[in-house]
Amino acid sequence: MGLLSSSVSITRYKVHGKLNYPIIETVAQGLKKNMVLEIDGKVDDKTVGWTSFENPFQPRFDNSSFVYGNYFVFSLRIDKKNISAKVLQKHTSMESARRMAESGRDYLTKTEKKLVKDHVLNVLSLKIPATPSIYDVIWAYENEVLWFFSNLKTANEELETLFPKSFKLSLIRLFPYFAADISSGLTNSERDGLKRISPTRFVT
Amino acid sequence: MIDVAVAYNRYKFLGDEFLTWLWFIIAEDQQILEKIDPEFVSLEVGNRIVLENHKKESGERITIKGDDAGLEEAILALKKGAMVSELNITYASGDLKWQFTLKGESLNISSLKTPNIGSPETNEDVEGFVLEKTYLYEQMIHVLENLYAHFIKLRVSDNWQNKVVPRIRKWLTST
Repeated sequence: MGLLSSSVSITRYKVHGKLNYPIIETVAQGLKKNMVLEIDGKVDDKTVGWTSFENPFQPRFDNSSFVYGNYFVFSLRIDKKNISAKVLQKHTSMESARRMAESGRDYLTKTEKKLVKDHVLNVLSLKIPATPSIYDVIWAYENEVLWFFSNLKTANEELETLFPKSFKLSLIRLFPYFAADISSGLTNSERDGLKRISPTRFVT
Repeated sequence: MIDVAVAYNRYKFLGDEFLTWLWFIIAEDQQILEKIDPEFVSLEVGNRIVLENHKKESGERITIKGDDAGLEEAILALKKGAMVSELNITYASGDLKWQFTLKGESLNISSLKTPNIGSPETNEDVEGFVLEKTYLYEQMIHVLENLYAHFIKLRVSDNWQNKVVPRIRKWLTST
């Protein structure tokens, strides 16, 4: 669901740390170094990287193309090759039969079975195109805030891995405790009190 | 800083308490919103509310959905000790209206609909649309963050047990 969609999901993050100057150049470098790589026609079954918000299938980060007013806007792309269990089973069975016929035996050893499965996976991965999933990011650097346009656990985990690697900054997901502790303007004594609270009973 | 997994699990009740308090605010005390947003018009329970009761051994989950759904069962569940774990909200400010669902344990926002701004027709339009849409997200998130901050300030104060909880109990018994 892109940020311009009629209905969106948002996971909110606090960004901790400072970038080196010039900031836009530093962000561009982080995006370029971790830009999504095409895996069609390769044996890889998954790739994760940054892509352009406006051109997710031709990513470029030149000329401040990711700067929109006071925000950095780009996307996380996760491409995955989905090989169904039945397709894998069919091709593994065919390849096993071929190898047994070649060797004149009516069985394969455990190691041979594993080699067959790996071989079949590689062959299928070369043939099958990856399915892309794109999740938009709005980063308000000055406010130390980032909005990720997905609530999917796997997508959020990929973001939480790739973002610190790309920009050397940490991301803190604003779930109830951290939203209270770092984004609600509590005093130190209130923050201490927060650590000690226990659930309320609204009915006795 | 406290470990992330520990913080998530130990304090996820805070999100459910926030949503339960929010429903109470919607029903009984909308003046708080007027202080947060000078153009505040309305805050209403939308088309979905989920309640969970962890007091029962097996756990109980009640979902009420639909634009005209009555909330009697939800109130009954609250009276039995359930908490709101998901809440769909409509929020109006000035001429603008938002609708979204908040999940208690994560404070994730889903099914967020902003006021309609149409779609860009040319590539040159995209930046303007992104900025306008971002402004609309920011406005809604700003209200949400201020509400949560207000709740947390109350929650860690003595006023929570001495004033707010008795008022919520009174609301529950009178509804």
